[in-house]
Amino acid sequence: MIAIVIFLVALLLVTLGVAAYATYAERKVAAFMQDRIGPDRAGPFGLLQPIADGVKMIMKEDFMPASANRWLFFLGPAIAMTTALLTGVVIPWGGTLDLGGTAFTLQVADPDIGILYVFAMVSIGVYGIMLGGWASNNKYALYGAIRAASQMVSYELAMGMSIVALVILTGSLSLNDIVEQQRAGLWNIVYQPLGFLLFVICAFAECNRAPFDLPECETELVGGYHTEYSSMKLGFYLFAEYVNMFISSAVISTLFFGGYDVPFLDGLGLPQNVTVVLGTVGLFLKITFFIFLFMWVRWTLPRFRYDQLMDLGWKSLIPLAILNVLLTGVGYYLKNGI
Amino acid sequence: MATPITQPLTKRSQVVSQKRMTLMERIYLPAIIKGMGITLKHFFRLRKATVKYPEQLRPMSPVYRGMHVLKRDEQGRERCTACGLCAVACPAEAITMVAAERRKGEEKLYREEKYAAVYEINMLRCIFCGDCEDACPKEAIFLTDRLVPTDYTRGTFVYGKQWLVEPLDPALRVDVSKRQPKAVAEFKKDRNFAHNR
Repeated sequence: MIAIVIFLVALLLVTLGVAAYATYAERKVAAFMQDRIGPDRAGPFGLLQPIADGVKMIMKEDFMPASANRWLFFLGPAIAMTTALLTGVVIPWGGTLDLGGTAFTLQVADPDIGILYVFAMVSIGVYGIMLGGWASNNKYALYGAIRAASQMVSYELAMGMSIVALVILTGSLSLNDIVEQQRAGLWNIVYQPLGFLLFVICAFAECNRAPFDLPECETELVGGYHTEYSSMKLGFYLFAEYVNMFISSAVISTLFFGGYDVPFLDGLGLPQNVTVVLGTVGLFLKITFFIFLFMWVRWTLPRFRYDQLMDLGWKSLIPLAILNVLLTGVGYYLKNGI
Repeated sequence: MATPITQPLTKRSQVVSQKRMTLMERIYLPAIIKGMGITLKHFFRLRKATVKYPEQLRPMSPVYRGMHVLKRDEQGRERCTACGLCAVACPAEAITMVAAERRKGEEKLYREEKYAAVYEINMLRCIFCGDCEDACPKEAIFLTDRLVPTDYTRGTFVYGKQWLVEPLDPALRVDVSKRQPKAVAEFKKDRNFAHNR
């Protein structure tokens, strides 16, 4: 029991830490891709920059528009942050550790419906943006909120559909089962390349990341749903985006890239705990790569126009996802029968 | 009726094609991957465009027009006679001065009988055009390659004589020779401008 609590706290701290340094990494990646140096003043190589940013955010004036809905204005960033953090509990971060005789699995909870839980949390996350944008009583914030809602609803369909194909293959909604199956066989990316592509595109859209960052597109909507936010409430919104990015990367790694599976590691004959820790390290390397991919895409592609976004979602991704489900079903039938 | 000119103005003009995109183009992904290749190439490029400003300065033009200096002559006397021509020439009306008469015993301080008791330039108004320098008949005011430092309040940007007049110490004098290239020096040898020297 105490181990679980310690693990939860550690998970929270790691998530926040990774998200904090993702903000730093984002600025560095952006800078390097634009032939700049990026933040390098706070500490060596600017490594203390996230702390400086955090202090700045907290010290700023916390302003609330007079006509805003007080409670919902508070609730918006709280929901965004909470749901972003809650997703981490079902992700299997590693195998089973042997703590002096007692087995301890590096996963807080392994519900049978792990994937559905992730989807549920992501969907509630939309409320954070919707309520925040609506409660601000500001045109631009409302536009951003409406865009966020419609975008997320549209892309969740394709996302869910790409997972359906995966679930046909694995026969389980539990994330741990999916990882264990990939450890036994090949990674799911081999069987589901199209599903992976669809999932990654939808993950970009769900995280409101470029090229799908229409809810906060600063060139059209000032700041989008967080136009009226300031101080740490704004910080929570911005931070939630990075937490979401981290969790999305973890989910992508888990579903398609074997989670904490590191090829040929089991064959080395290392002690079990070492193997588990190395597996977790492997998972974090995969996550790091996907976070980098998120940033890489952001600093390469321009933003979609709103109608292009909807076209892509409804006319391309959903048909492709349905096709993927069909193909997977047929393939499964031909191989295993019903 | 004259025939319209069909010759292109430059050799870069291209015929715009409205043809439908091919399937490969409509998939977007090849183009996206190509673009990501370009950004990745820049990511690993070691030569960065950043100039780390306070430590590292970009080369400045030798005739850069920055903060003004009020020159002294070889004997350390202020050259300015408070004639007011710089203030008249100033398009931004940034210069004000109060003239005073030189007293007995002050011959070592001021070059001529009249001097500026107060000489102020509002650096927020100044557009650093250099017209004051052109207007000065006494070669007293020059723009230099020193920058006006930033500050938090507006009042501090009104620079009085304590900041503008160059120090007496010969080692600390402000060198304006870069703003006096050969042609200018030659021009000033003209007898009509002898009073300037």
